Amino acid sequence: MTDTAAPKTTAPATAAPKTTVSVTINGRAVEAKPGQLLIDACEHSGAFVPHFCYHPRMSPVGMCRQCIVEVEGPRGKALVVSCMTPVAEGQVVSTTSEPAKRAQEGVLELLLANHPLDCPVCDKGGECPLQDQAFSHGPGESRYVEEKRHYEKPIPISDLVYLDRERCILCDRCTRFASEVAGDPLISFTSRGNNTQVMTFPDEPFSSYFSGNTVQICPVGALTASPYRFKARPWDLEQVETTCTTCSVGCRTVVQSSRDEIVRYQGVDVESVNWGWLCDRGRFNFESVNSKNRIGTPLVRKDGSLTETTWASALDAAGRTLRVVINDKGAGAVGIIGGARGTNEDAYAWARFADALGITARDAQLGDGLPAEVFSLPQATIAETCASSTIILLAPDLKEELPVLYLRLRDAAEKRKTRIIEFSSRASGLSDYAWKSIRHEPGDQPRVVSEALASAEIAAQLARGNVTVVVGRGNLAESPEFALLAVGAVMNAKPDTRVLPVVRRGNVRGAATAGLSPSAGGDTNSILAAAAAGKVECIVLLGADPLVDMPDADLARRAFASVKHIIAVDTFVTESARHAEVFLPAAAYAEKVGTTTNCEGRISDIAQKITTAGTARPDWMIAAELALELGTDLGISSYAELHDAMTANVPAFSPAADAKAVRHEGVVAVHPSPVRITATPKAAAPRLSHHFRLLVSRVLYDRATGTAESPSLAPLARDAAVHLHPGDAQRLGVPAGADVRIAANGAAVVLPVVLDDSVARGVAFVPFNQRGSDIRQVIRHDVPVTDAVVEAV
Amino acid sequence: MSVPTGPRIITSRFDVADGHTYAGYVRTGGYASLRKALSSMTPQQVHDEVKAAEIQGRGGAGFPAGTKWGFLPADVHPRYLVINGDESEPGTYKDRMLMELDPHQLIEGIVIACYALNAAQAFLYVRGEMALAQERLAQALNEAYANNMVGKNICGSNFSVDVTLTWGAGAYIVGEETALIESLEGERGMPRLKPPFFPAVKGLYMQPTIVNNVETLANVPYIVGKGGSEFKSLGAPTSTGMRMFAVSGHVNKPGVFEVPNGVTTFRMLFEAPEYCGGVRNGGKVKAFIPGGASAMWFFPEHLDMALDKPTVDKAGSMLGSGAIVVMDDTTDMVAACWRIVRFFARESCGKCTPCREGTTWLERVLKRMLDGHGRPEDIDLLFEVSESISPGIAWPPRQTTICPLGPSAVSPIASAVRRFRHEFEHYIEHGRPINGVESPFHANAVSHA
Amino acid sequence: MSRLTDERVKTAQEIIGRFPRKKSALIPLLHLAQEQDGYVAQDAMVHIAELLDLAPAEVYGTASFYEMFKFHPVGKYCINVCTNISCQLVGAWNLLHHAEEHLGIKSGGTTDDGLFSIEDVECIAACTEAPALQVNYRYRYKVTPEAFDAMITDLQNGKLTGEVPPHGTLATVRQETTTAWSNRGSEAQAQVDAR
Ligand SMILES: Cc1cc2nc3c(=O)[nH]c(=O)nc-3n(C[C@H](O)[C@H](O)[C@H](O)COP(=O)(O)O)c2cc1C
Ligand code: SF4
Ligand code: FES
Repeated sequence: MTDTAAPKTTAPATAAPKTTVSVTINGRAVEAKPGQLLIDACEHSGAFVPHFCYHPRMSPVGMCRQCIVEVEGPRGKALVVSCMTPVAEGQVVSTTSEPAKRAQEGVLELLLANHPLDCPVCDKGGECPLQDQAFSHGPGESRYVEEKRHYEKPIPISDLVYLDRERCILCDRCTRFASEVAGDPLISFTSRGNNTQVMTFPDEPFSSYFSGNTVQICPVGALTASPYRFKARPWDLEQVETTCTTCSVGCRTVVQSSRDEIVRYQGVDVESVNWGWLCDRGRFNFESVNSKNRIGTPLVRKDGSLTETTWASALDAAGRTLRVVINDKGAGAVGIIGGARGTNEDAYAWARFADALGITARDAQLGDGLPAEVFSLPQATIAETCASSTIILLAPDLKEELPVLYLRLRDAAEKRKTRIIEFSSRASGLSDYAWKSIRHEPGDQPRVVSEALASAEIAAQLARGNVTVVVGRGNLAESPEFALLAVGAVMNAKPDTRVLPVVRRGNVRGAATAGLSPSAGGDTNSILAAAAAGKVECIVLLGADPLVDMPDADLARRAFASVKHIIAVDTFVTESARHAEVFLPAAAYAEKVGTTTNCEGRISDIAQKITTAGTARPDWMIAAELALELGTDLGISSYAELHDAMTANVPAFSPAADAKAVRHEGVVAVHPSPVRITATPKAAAPRLSHHFRLLVSRVLYDRATGTAESPSLAPLARDAAVHLHPGDAQRLGVPAGADVRIAANGAAVVLPVVLDDSVARGVAFVPFNQRGSDIRQVIRHDVPVTDAVVEAV
Repeated sequence: MSVPTGPRIITSRFDVADGHTYAGYVRTGGYASLRKALSSMTPQQVHDEVKAAEIQGRGGAGFPAGTKWGFLPADVHPRYLVINGDESEPGTYKDRMLMELDPHQLIEGIVIACYALNAAQAFLYVRGEMALAQERLAQALNEAYANNMVGKNICGSNFSVDVTLTWGAGAYIVGEETALIESLEGERGMPRLKPPFFPAVKGLYMQPTIVNNVETLANVPYIVGKGGSEFKSLGAPTSTGMRMFAVSGHVNKPGVFEVPNGVTTFRMLFEAPEYCGGVRNGGKVKAFIPGGASAMWFFPEHLDMALDKPTVDKAGSMLGSGAIVVMDDTTDMVAACWRIVRFFARESCGKCTPCREGTTWLERVLKRMLDGHGRPEDIDLLFEVSESISPGIAWPPRQTTICPLGPSAVSPIASAVRRFRHEFEHYIEHGRPINGVESPFHANAVSHA
Repeated sequence: MSRLTDERVKTAQEIIGRFPRKKSALIPLLHLAQEQDGYVAQDAMVHIAELLDLAPAEVYGTASFYEMFKFHPVGKYCINVCTNISCQLVGAWNLLHHAEEHLGIKSGGTTDDGLFSIEDVECIAACTEAPALQVNYRYRYKVTPEAFDAMITDLQNGKLTGEVPPHGTLATVRQETTTAWSNRGSEAQAQVDAR
């Protein structure tokens, strides 16, 4: 006992109220939490209760009746379903008494009566709760000689999921997930009794961003995912727990491989982050790691084209370029862009590399995030955010950008006492669950927020308890400054407000913390501006693709046209990497170890499951070797050494020093002493009435590499289009589907119109990075808001 | 045979040609109890009269209405009264008559009940197939609203209540009160588990809700008008008041009768000239169902039993919804058993595995027997599958299911197979019924299953 | 395949107004759709989903639970013959088989002229009047084969038009009042307080 612990005292005269419930389970005395379900209490005490419909993250329905146990209470013995019965003081529970076992066996026999028993050809065979429980709790053989139910064999219910109704045991898990957890009630029970089935509405597929979860929680092989179907048998699988880095939520997953190929990701239930859920993009983009387009060999430009070479000559070429540029123009002529796709350690190594060479121009964001100072505001974790009494959303559509965070916030709004106040330029996935959803024009957010907070009703709500602001980059065609000023407005109204920053890319926060942030040198916009002006002569790309990802496409294009040297470290030859003179192949996700940092600053580990493609190397190793090439020893010869150096030298990462701390739940980084936003709110100049103010933001499926290189996901990206309020479209005289010309900042693009009443009047919404004309042509990073002339063509 | 008599309470207007209209209802004394309650009684006094009447719910479970009303937590609003007019238990035929022939009596009972319960909204849920009942109730509600018997400031008092008429679309299970609530919420009618979803605490929209049967509420005007003790004195102390019973099947004059509860016997109902006037063709009773298809069957030895809830309960069955089905000695017991099991198999909501899979399995086995493909082991199998739905096959049933529908399918099996095992064995051996028994099927087989 | 007519949308809004939550109006609205087309058309379900802020899958999930809703056209007259126990005891199967033969269709089928469908159904609460049937939910009691044939002839000749509306039409009289909902809870509280 440490001396800060409370001193041991004798029990006070009035005994403190008992906070546990005493029950006896299979003869053992157990202390349970009040309200805890019997099934949970049994499981905790080591008594497994067979079950199918019960899922700890969804409300119990008591449907399968498999979890029957015998309970002795004041009124004698009774069979009860343990998934819907809370513990009660003095209960005596048996999970294995004769009547309980008889009931369990009876239910199992009935469940199997109509089941096809096609286990040898079923994806679930080998990891099937029905199969397992039939073995452990079943009657042995079936006496069912009648004709079984027949349905058309697996039917696609979405682009990613197949349904086999003959295998379905009607546990209500997938349907409950769809309506209760995801809020996408696109599958439902239909018909009744013995004919009950799970179905979609005709012509309305189960196109939920979360559909893969239903496959994972299906207790039999009724739901299967097309990217995994027939890929492997469960007993061939090897797996390791890791963290998804597709976005900055950082969901815990297991990576499963078979014969050194990744075949599946499955969500892992961690309380602090994803509760077992994944979005489909994160779940299925493993395909990109296996892509044929992966580069495993270094490339150098020879006679105008990139040609395979050895590591020695590639490093030599890269080193030579850097040496020449630095010697001639100084370290100021080199910029490093990217790093958010790698691990904390990768970023740290590259930061050390930059430090050693004196390169100050480095930025892990591509002009599409928020100033790194958001990470220095008083922070809130995801759990703290969900427990707040008020959440203020100043963010993009989280369902599109950080899908599992959307699930958590939706849950908070639906099941807890949390109220969401949303400020946005168009309705988002959370608008329906928000207590208030307030629209503003781009550039007007700080003013609208200040005004709204001054209203008596909202002020009273803020006074009820904790307030958390969730802030992100809601609009790529709008300066991020406005969102920060809006945060400032909230902090003025409620000084103890805390902030959850939600910049989208996987490890932006970790990379910035590790040193790849523009504190001293310029940010990506200014690096590229300097390159366009001939002042930066060499750009090092760390898994970054500015030509495709920068909102200001014109700037990127001019920079790439002028810059003399590009060195790319990447897994694919991207649009930008195509311009490189040296391409250094990097190890991809699941091909290397490390740690990553999610949006709340949680550090968790990334595991290696398969060998790297070709001779690709982790980014950190490339940094160390390139440094040696330039005559500098970063002192990093192993991952362990690197990790130790990082946690010793970067104070925020110190909690990660213990390797055990970063497993499973991970550990939250030390927050720097908080800063406050002091600037006074301002608004952009008003829009001319016939102009449209541009709103550009991401949707889940786009042409990003991880998606584009995953054959199952790539087709889900949409065709580029501009969304206008139907009233505005009518004013312009354009019907749905007609092309309009959008002109701003001296450029123009032509896009078809989608009528969309979720968009505010006067706002033109264009989803980012879809197939077709590129809206980025008209975006300028130094124009605070973009007003466009939209006209029929 | 001296048959006890009593006044016709809720069937008093069945012979009045315009008894279903506002004019006819008021002319015959209608709405006097409502006026009385609103002008001279507190809600508590109304509730006390219903308690004193000790009226047992007429929907099936027979729970005393006054006690049930007392379960509403104080001061939680909104709270609702839901009227169960889903009458679909095979053999049951009385709520439909009450709705078609005397809709205002029901409305009066509803408004008085809402007054006693401090409820401002009632939902009257009528079985979907009952078009005329819906029509008559709609007409009656329109008239009642127009005459200020429902709606704002009823009869000039400060009490207001809305009664919303709504209706189902064909699903027996929706008669179960929590399934009814789900259906009222626009859902599939699948029952909720009680606990935790006791309607009185967490009912419609998770608010406190009282669900009462049509016949139960139709008695309320009388109880308030004449007093609870007067009502109680009409029947037996353990089964009070007058009660409607529908007697169908092999009797000379099937019919619906309002009889003194608890004292009239089954034999009186079947044999007395003022009731059914004997078994058809002078035959004998082979078996009868005392209270709807869910009930265990009774046999000749039960004929002199009074229609008294505790007596019938103790004898291993129930009075349920007052549906009595008489089978004479020509009845094919295998076919009768199959038909009732088939009903439950078709009407299972599909939520619980034992009910969804088990009732269908039982039905298939019985059908196979009828079709001449029975196997000797099938009789044991019937009991084994029944055991998985209703452990111990006892009465009242223990159940592995959420609601009693699944176990209800076990009642006919437990009754018929135990008593008439030889008829089942004969079917298995010979593929047809024993001598002296009439197969209900035309030609040889059932056309449809 | 049709959405609800403007007239019916008005009725639908009235019905929706009687419930504290929109979804409660779902079953009545499905009846409204069936009244319009004789069955519940796919587009009608999409329309109802819009009116009630639901996903079409939720509408279909509920609708398909209930036997009265048909998702394909059925006869103008749906004849539901009860075969449950009380009717079975006094000849329901004979009646059903007679009906099948007379109309030349099996239970579950529809005649080629689109006039009649037959179904064998569960208890219709006319047990003392067995064997009983319903035509478009209007009762016929103690039906003999001869009475059945006469009824078919009458239906064919339009003699029962007043009594038996086409399939889908339930009650021809509807509740008229639309009740304003929002204050019911507090109003009830006020009533309690006033006493
Ligand atoms: C499967 C099942 C079907 C039922 N059907 C009906 C019914 O059609 N009508 C009815 O009033 N009660 C029915 N009940 C009983 C109701 O659940 C409920 O007990 C009753 O409506 C309460 O009203 P009471 O207390 O006035 O009898 C049914 C119960 C079960 C389990
Ligand atoms: S017992 Fe049958 S009807 Fe009742 S809830 Fe379960 S499945 Fe539904
Ligand atoms: S797990 Fe309890 S009933 Fe299914």
